[in-house]
Amino acid sequence: MKINFRKTVEEKGIETLSFVFVITLWQLLANRVVQNKLLLPSFYDVVLAFSVIVKTGLIYTDTMTSLLHFSIGIAAALILGIPLGIAMGWFKAANRALDPIIEILRPIPPLAWIPFAIIWFGLTHQAAGFVVFVGMIFPIIINTYTGFKNVPRVYVEAAKVLGCNRNIDLIRFVALPSAIPTIAAGIRIAMGVGWMCLVGAEMFGVSNNGLGYQIWHNYYLHRMDFVLVYMLLLGFIGLLIDRFFRYYVDEKLLRWKSGTVV
Amino acid sequence: MGRVSVKNVSRVFSKKEDNSGTEALHNISFDVQDGEFICLLGPSGCGKTTLLRITAGLETLTSGEITLNGVPITGPDPKRGMVFQQYSLFPWRTVIDNITFGLEMQGIKKKEARKQVEKYLELVGLGQFKNSYPHELSGGMQQRAAIARALSNEPEVLLMDEPFGALDAQTRNVLQDELLKIWEQKHVTFLFVTHSVDEAVVLSDRIVVMTSRPGRIKEIIKVELPRPRSRTSPEVNNLRDHVLKLLEEERFSK
Repeated sequence: MKINFRKTVEEKGIETLSFVFVITLWQLLANRVVQNKLLLPSFYDVVLAFSVIVKTGLIYTDTMTSLLHFSIGIAAALILGIPLGIAMGWFKAANRALDPIIEILRPIPPLAWIPFAIIWFGLTHQAAGFVVFVGMIFPIIINTYTGFKNVPRVYVEAAKVLGCNRNIDLIRFVALPSAIPTIAAGIRIAMGVGWMCLVGAEMFGVSNNGLGYQIWHNYYLHRMDFVLVYMLLLGFIGLLIDRFFRYYVDEKLLRWKSGTVV
Repeated sequence: MGRVSVKNVSRVFSKKEDNSGTEALHNISFDVQDGEFICLLGPSGCGKTTLLRITAGLETLTSGEITLNGVPITGPDPKRGMVFQQYSLFPWRTVIDNITFGLEMQGIKKKEARKQVEKYLELVGLGQFKNSYPHELSGGMQQRAAIARALSNEPEVLLMDEPFGALDAQTRNVLQDELLKIWEQKHVTFLFVTHSVDEAVVLSDRIVVMTSRPGRIKEIIKVELPRPRSRTSPEVNNLRDHVLKLLEEERFSK
């Protein structure tokens, strides 16, 4: 154990030092220079605030609520976005029919949909999920489309001469596996956008729970240490989701790519 | 059985904008016997690959007809296997799963298909690499796997589009010898496109020499040398000399 610990310190020495330095600087700055909890809560204030939300259990309800909103959004975006991207990438007519509509809707910032989200769904989880969905669907459609457009012709032809001739089979056995890396990259981008939309949706009153809601709520109460806790929490959970997804994709889906220079 | 008959085949690639066209193939006719090894040889751009792709069903013809055992070719079919010049193994499938692809398309279960293709893996000497992904293999090994994949459908004709074109000279020689062994064992008709005179002379029963664009048949040379052929014997050299002269005429006639 001792040797392992020393090894970790040696390997991650610079990273650890950098962390310690920034936190010390922050603490000193807040405590000695600013001396105003409203303007800049110190590291210690934030730790205290964190322990409060853990003790009261608020952290669990809000995290779960936000994750629920996120899940609704990502599920809807995947179920709708991937088939649309496939259709547009594989069938020219589908692309011609859908592309203009998508190009008109796409530049509308997802948060601009919040009024309609509330009118359509009320103050429900679905309303927040809808805003997340709007943020996520376009990167997913576009990357799925691009992945399907860039399927190397030789794979399609090789499949055809091996007896794979129906569109459904070509999509399932050739185009989809070939496009998976591009689709996965699109989902990663979408998850980043979706996470931001989630906070926006919760802040603007679509929900009465959730990490984004708590940021706004505590701001009204002028409890900036709590605001900061929820901000950091959002960052960490976003990071975790991304890491988990990347691990899953690289280990399970893209084993065949490991070792290639991409 | 794999009797291929090419009758008066022409192919014009037309441009939509100005109705002009490039004639790639002009009135080509020849017959291929069952189990024969034919090389299509010609200067680059002479349409030999186009002719092969039409035979595969991946390209259409403007006029004429190609038949396999009397049946006109209209589209791709597993009866006509093809090996491409580019590396065409599916990179997301292991070597063995690439070879089972054709059988899976026929509806055979993966487990059963894996058992059935074991012999093709051995035939091309990739037994110990069956669970590797294509990117882990050398170029020569990838083309071996591609040959096994084409054979697994038990095709009547094997169409090869410069399959060894991207390989180094030594690997190419080894693969040519291995290909001849496979051909002797499997009794398949081979249509082999190449731009290498050496390759054509070592491999073929007959060499179809084509003219530069638009591709016509310049001469069909019967190679009556016993196999295995030495690459440097006087007879082989004479033949090579003859073919090279034919190709040279094409270069100057332009």
